[in-house]
Amino acid sequence: MPSLIDLRRRIRAVKSTEQITKAMKTVAASKLRRAQDRIVGARPFALLMRRVLSGLATRTGSSAAHPLLAPPAAPDAPILLFVVTADKGLCGSFNSNLVREATSFAVEAGRDVAMGLVGRKGRDFFVRRGVDIRFEMVNLFNDLRYSHAEAMAETSIEQYGSGAASGVSILYNEFKSVLQQQVVVDQVLPIPAIETSDDESEELSADYLFEPPAEQIFSDLLPHHVETQFFRALLESAAAEHAARMTAMDAATRNAGEMIDGLTLHMNKVRQAAITRELIEVVSGAEAL
Amino acid sequence: MPLPEHLTIEIVTPDRAVVHQTVDEARLPGAEGYLGVLPGHTPLLVMLQVGEIWFRRGSEKTYLHAAFGFAEILPDRIRILARTAERADEIDLERAEAAASRARERLASATGDIDFERARISLLKSLSRLQVARRIGMRTAAKR
Repeated sequence: MPSLIDLRRRIRAVKSTEQITKAMKTVAASKLRRAQDRIVGARPFALLMRRVLSGLATRTGSSAAHPLLAPPAAPDAPILLFVVTADKGLCGSFNSNLVREATSFAVEAGRDVAMGLVGRKGRDFFVRRGVDIRFEMVNLFNDLRYSHAEAMAETSIEQYGSGAASGVSILYNEFKSVLQQQVVVDQVLPIPAIETSDDESEELSADYLFEPPAEQIFSDLLPHHVETQFFRALLESAAAEHAARMTAMDAATRNAGEMIDGLTLHMNKVRQAAITRELIEVVSGAEAL
Repeated sequence: MPLPEHLTIEIVTPDRAVVHQTVDEARLPGAEGYLGVLPGHTPLLVMLQVGEIWFRRGSEKTYLHAAFGFAEILPDRIRILARTAERADEIDLERAEAAASRARERLASATGDIDFERARISLLKSLSRLQVARRIGMRTAAKR
């Protein structure tokens, strides 16, 4: 049976852990709010980009003309899969879900899979497993910038264009709600057919002047389209990470509270037993006299 | 159809919406030169280069630095998607000056085509930033 002092020490330890998890939860909550704002802030750009692209696509009637839209030059080359993990742990099953999905993607692909690793956790995991790594980026989520997405887009376009990869996909946690994150795979290259909804193309098929010509604008825009897609994935992943950490730390705080309650109860019982025992000793000692 | 009297200008970057307001006139750095836009402009889709955007509401002129992207111009609105866009008062003058001199150095010592092109672009950007930032400097100086 643990002594009174041991129990007290244990309670103190759990209490300080509780304080840490509580603080982490608060921090994650405020970071989450900021990350959500960024998603909202990035939305108009992405929307407008898609609208203009789809308008241009209907107008130029060009679909397979551009190399980024065309099927891969080397169909047997590996698929390049970007895996967006977090830089830090302590966020529940956020990272392990990604790693599991990435592994099953590799099994199902039926082709070799090369990896582009974003985030320290995923990098550390896959580096030790000897996979073919074409891209690496860590320590970015503290200060997430558009240029990170540009770097990813540049690598994927170069790999796809040169035939070193037969396709590019990105695997990341999508931010559904604070309580729910979902691992999703998006195909980035070749660019899936840009859907043209009717009202959009109608507005844009008005008599437009183009400077430079429409075809050139279209091909200039496609790489940017790829960038915005990566950027959105990064933002989603950042928000999802904070949400996951918040939920995980909330649960940890609650568990710590329960543990403290249990330990305190136990400690009181032990103390009470000790007092009773001492009383009996005193009384029976007095009787013996 | 009567011509609209004002333009709505929207400037967005991947990070945020920079401007959304009604203006009387605007000027943009188009791919083939600066172009002025008045209400009732023909629909136009234009690529942008590095340079200065300004728009005017009454006699109030606002200057911005913008780099790369494109603008969709309709008779009553302008939508600008830019890689970067900064209001004149957001520009860090010292940083822009440092960047300009750094770019000049690199330009002088550049060897490959890519190095040269990169240096040229960063020089263009910092010069445009400086130009825009000095605009408000001039105006506040004139007021005194």
